[in-house]
Amino acid sequence: MRTVGLVWSGFRMNLKMLGTSSFFLLTSVVQPVIFATVAFYMFRSGGRSGTLLYASLGAGMMGVWSTTLFGSGGMIQWQRWQGTLELGAAAPPPLTLVYLPFSLANAFTGMYAMAATLVWGWVVFGVPLHLVHPWQFVLALAATVLALGLMGLVLASTFILYRYANALSNLLEYPVWIASGLVFSTSLLPAWTRPISWLLPPYWGILAIRHAALGGEVWGPLGLVVALGAGSLLLSTVTFRFFEKAARARATLSLT
Amino acid sequence: MRTWLRIFFVGGLISFRALFSWIRPSVYIPTLLLGPTTQILFFAYLGRTAHLKSDSWFVVGNAVQSASLAALFGMGFAIDGERWTQTLSAVLATPADRAALFLGRALPVLVNAAITASTGFLGGALLLGFRTSWSSVPGLALLLVVASFACTGLGMLIGALGLRLRDVPIIANLTMAVLLIFCGVNVPLDKLPGWMHATAEGLPVTHAIAAARRVADGASLGSVRTPLLVELAIGAAYLAAGFVLLRVFEQQGRRHGTLDRA
Repeated sequence: MRTVGLVWSGFRMNLKMLGTSSFFLLTSVVQPVIFATVAFYMFRSGGRSGTLLYASLGAGMMGVWSTTLFGSGGMIQWQRWQGTLELGAAAPPPLTLVYLPFSLANAFTGMYAMAATLVWGWVVFGVPLHLVHPWQFVLALAATVLALGLMGLVLASTFILYRYANALSNLLEYPVWIASGLVFSTSLLPAWTRPISWLLPPYWGILAIRHAALGGEVWGPLGLVVALGAGSLLLSTVTFRFFEKAARARATLSLT
Repeated sequence: MRTWLRIFFVGGLISFRALFSWIRPSVYIPTLLLGPTTQILFFAYLGRTAHLKSDSWFVVGNAVQSASLAALFGMGFAIDGERWTQTLSAVLATPADRAALFLGRALPVLVNAAITASTGFLGGALLLGFRTSWSSVPGLALLLVVASFACTGLGMLIGALGLRLRDVPIIANLTMAVLLIFCGVNVPLDKLPGWMHATAEGLPVTHAIAAARRVADGASLGSVRTPLLVELAIGAAYLAAGFVLLRVFEQQGRRHGTLDRA
């Protein structure tokens, strides 16, 4: 019960903090709308107007990933700047649990991206909002956002020892969009990239979301999203413990 | 004149090194050298899905546009960064010629932007098989420099706004997005609505991209003289507007004592 309380209060607090950040507003609302606009024009110019909902969903997921990525990349760094990283590390709960609500809030903020691109596509480009399986769509979106939040936790843990995490975040944005096939099929990519795609929750997440919206089998990809999310949580527990221990041993938590 | 040149070249270089001292290879390589290539890959694959244009078309468009990444953020931070390091008042208290002071800061940014953009071509060649004749390379290089100049001019304007507004990186981000949508980077200009097409005519990189695509296809540099000169003129206009705005905001800041507060 105390764990639930910890996660809930941390989640709420971080959500409020993110709500005041113009950078997060840009990443989670404006940027996805921009990419959606480019994708809409590209599909329309290529004579593929029937795929606009496909583009809309993909652009929304791109925003979810960007928000998670920059949130995770910045999470440890911001705590470091604010001087609260040591307090978090010294707190009785495991570090994973301390930062889990932060990561979940980052991913939740990313859901604004999906809402923004769907509404933008509907209002400006006349993209129909007819979802084949609406309830499965909600479930797939929630599970994907949760899995991405947990994946973000793994990333955040690796950034404990890395001062320039934000730079790595910049590098990971497009490659994950590409490898996950968010707005195009991964069959276009070289065959050696397939296993990388399979390991990424956004790959299965967009499949589940797309199938729920446009028709297709949802439960298989959804199950894999949940499994990868659970795997990420387990992995982050190990990595957080390892990196925290290394930072304590070398007295490099603050990296100053 | 010697003092002017010293402030322009030496001062510009020293300020660039000081303001961007936090840039390590571990930051520079992923963000500025690999970033353009990943952007090119993404849009080339998206273009294949949309059945829009060839990979080369996207390589040229996105590589030239990526000059804006280094130019807009670099120029924005070259001015806004002084406030971060609390040296803005000291810099503006000097009797140094303002043109030498600010244009000197623009030169390293311009060079960096051109280098950044050129990596896009390299990435496109390595990963997407982009090819052009060797005789086109000098022309493409010149167009990259001109596009970088135009973007640096726009960056100067954004940097000037940094004397009044707090979120320069946000403004730079939004401006980059505008360039991405409007300038024919990934969507042919004639496929955009008329008002977007018209807006693009006054923005950096639009003309440089159009010219670079023609040069990459084998056209001579002389045949793209008009778009090249238009791009230069647009860059000069933004640079001048940025400089004037800097002077206005500096004087207002002095009068109201708000240089360090945005």
